[in-house]
Amino acid sequence: MSKYTEEDLEQELKTKEYEYGFYTDIESETFAKGLNEDVVRAISKKKNEPEWMTEWRLEAYRVWEKMTEPDWANVKYPKPDFQEIAYYSAPKKKPKLNSLDEVDPDLLETFKKLGISIDEQKKLANVAVDIVMDSVSVATTFKKTLGEKGIIFMPISEAIQEYPELVKKYLGTVVPTSDNFYAALNSAVFSDGSFCYIPKGVKCPMELSTYFRINEGGTGQFERTLVVADKGSYVSYLEGCTAPQRDENQLHAAVVELIAMDDAEIKYSTVQNWFPGDENGKGGVFNFVTKRGLCETNAKISWTQVETGSAVTWKYPSCILKGNNSVGEFYSIAVTNHFQQADTGTKMIHLGKNTKSTIISKGISAGQSQNSYRGLVQINSRAENARNFSQCDSLLMGNVCGAHTFPYIETKNKSAQIEHEATTSKIGEDQLFYCNQRGIDTEKAIALIVNGFSKEVLNKLPMEFAVEAQKLLEISLEGSVG
Amino acid sequence: MLKINNLHASIDEKSILKGLNLQVNAGEVHAIMGPNGAGKSTFANIVAGKEDYEVSNGIIELNGEDISELAPEERAHNGVFLSFQYPVEIPGVSVTNFIKTAINETRKAKGLEDMPAKDMLKKIREKSELLEIDRKFLSRSLNEGFSGGEKKRNEIFQMAMLEPKLAILDETDSGLDIDALRIVANGVNKLKSKDNAVIVITHYQRLLDYIVPDFVHVLHDGKIVKTGDASLALELEAKGYDWIKKELV
Repeated sequence: MSKYTEEDLEQELKTKEYEYGFYTDIESETFAKGLNEDVVRAISKKKNEPEWMTEWRLEAYRVWEKMTEPDWANVKYPKPDFQEIAYYSAPKKKPKLNSLDEVDPDLLETFKKLGISIDEQKKLANVAVDIVMDSVSVATTFKKTLGEKGIIFMPISEAIQEYPELVKKYLGTVVPTSDNFYAALNSAVFSDGSFCYIPKGVKCPMELSTYFRINEGGTGQFERTLVVADKGSYVSYLEGCTAPQRDENQLHAAVVELIAMDDAEIKYSTVQNWFPGDENGKGGVFNFVTKRGLCETNAKISWTQVETGSAVTWKYPSCILKGNNSVGEFYSIAVTNHFQQADTGTKMIHLGKNTKSTIISKGISAGQSQNSYRGLVQINSRAENARNFSQCDSLLMGNVCGAHTFPYIETKNKSAQIEHEATTSKIGEDQLFYCNQRGIDTEKAIALIVNGFSKEVLNKLPMEFAVEAQKLLEISLEGSVG
Repeated sequence: MLKINNLHASIDEKSILKGLNLQVNAGEVHAIMGPNGAGKSTFANIVAGKEDYEVSNGIIELNGEDISELAPEERAHNGVFLSFQYPVEIPGVSVTNFIKTAINETRKAKGLEDMPAKDMLKKIREKSELLEIDRKFLSRSLNEGFSGGEKKRNEIFQMAMLEPKLAILDETDSGLDIDALRIVANGVNKLKSKDNAVIVITHYQRLLDYIVPDFVHVLHDGKIVKTGDASLALELEAKGYDWIKKELV
């Protein structure tokens, strides 16, 4: 009998290369390695920033200098030498291609599997788009619609020039420069990122995606995002891309700040697919991200993330539920394979009365990877009638990977209601045989089971993103089986 | 249709099938009865291709082709269907999504395109009516929280959707109340044709009141020790298996 067991699958997962990534020749203007006050000043000058911004960066640098790298996460990696990194790289130029025929066929295959349209494929692979409905004109229409509503959506470097008052008012108010080692580093040297402002009472009519931002240079390894939703407004924001991303920068330390004022709602969805390293755990991106949102009265923030890439992920999108009746949600799928390590989760800080939070975390581990959920639910003394529901499910493939759950609960108010559920399961031989018997081969069966396992979170993603994410899960776990 | 010759099989060095012979022709219904531990479920799993068993001897032919080296999904593509005694749960995967995947994977193996959504829906509607299945049931997670009866009805629903050549029903009657038993049996009877065959594995005569077999086989200690017509089942019901065992001595 042709035997295809979980061990075979494991073997295949081990030998699977990151076949979908691609390298490009990079032309860039790069600063010498190392970090000191002069480098921070030079970055600020290069970006033609106002004095207050330069000072803000310097202050962050001085704080960072005195800090040490955190080591409490359940991840092991060689500590980066921060003086061996170049902290400024001018916008990168990828070679322009004339047609899709010039693009790596493997990459096109991935695009096809992900269901990405031809136009999008061209844009992602940097192919010149010359048909009528090109991406630039889409983006132009898009900008016009946003402009009519008074919505600001632009690179943060431009916003610092054009809307300095807004940026100054909110930058660093949710994630202070001194918050943690990586946030301080980011504050000192951030390259670029996005700024978004939704005026009072405006419902943003479309999903805001960094993908649509035209003339976007590489945002680099220290990305900074600030989203402000004024009273009664609504925005759904998408970050990242299901298409694979290879990057020459090993260390990524982004900061994302969300501010939802009274009665506002922000939905923030991420798909992360950075290079995870090879089958021996060599290379791969270290992704150390600080993401936090602040909710005023009756406001709501939902974080949804699908994490399939990076060698090491350290990421805890959090909500500060400051206003009464505010709501925080965290929906996460984290897939680890080979030697990938993920320590991810959330913090829900309940300050206001009748605040509610929901945490749904789905971890899928394969190969020799380690997948940890780490979450804090904190109910402060004034948070009457606060509620939290947490559910952390882990799915294991093979016998050498690991799934860990670290839930922390701190409550200082007796009226709090906190529920925590956790499950760990393995894809069973019986489940696979059942699928096989119905004509579904093992690889497809695993995809089916994994998608079923992740469904509650996939359902939270915007429709078109969800379809791509579902396929991405399949690709992340598929072997090189023909 | 199915021809099994001198089949020997063991699990963890424990011998279970010890020279089983069976021939099933298209259009026939066979019942395999026997006491606990006789090897009934092992037989069903081996025909379906479960890999836990060591098949040391014997041949399994389906329509003249040796299938003993084929993977379970390839046997399924060739028309083998097993209604499980204990169907597994797959959380988050709806009955509809599961059967859609199964049908399209089978079509893909045959070089066909996916079944158009319209045809799929039509077929689902037809077959669920046949088995008196509520539409809401179809959007529930596969077997999760299903009652015993719902699980079995779902197995037969899948059989109806996949239209196998050879269906093996492993203790489909266990856990069914009398109404569910009637619905399931009626479903099987309606699906029966001159081109397909059914093997019913059961402990009891009860199911055979509804699905009338052309042949009844008694499996004992890894071998078929007696074969007869439907009246054999009645005789077994009346006399018990001890009678067979005594006859063998």
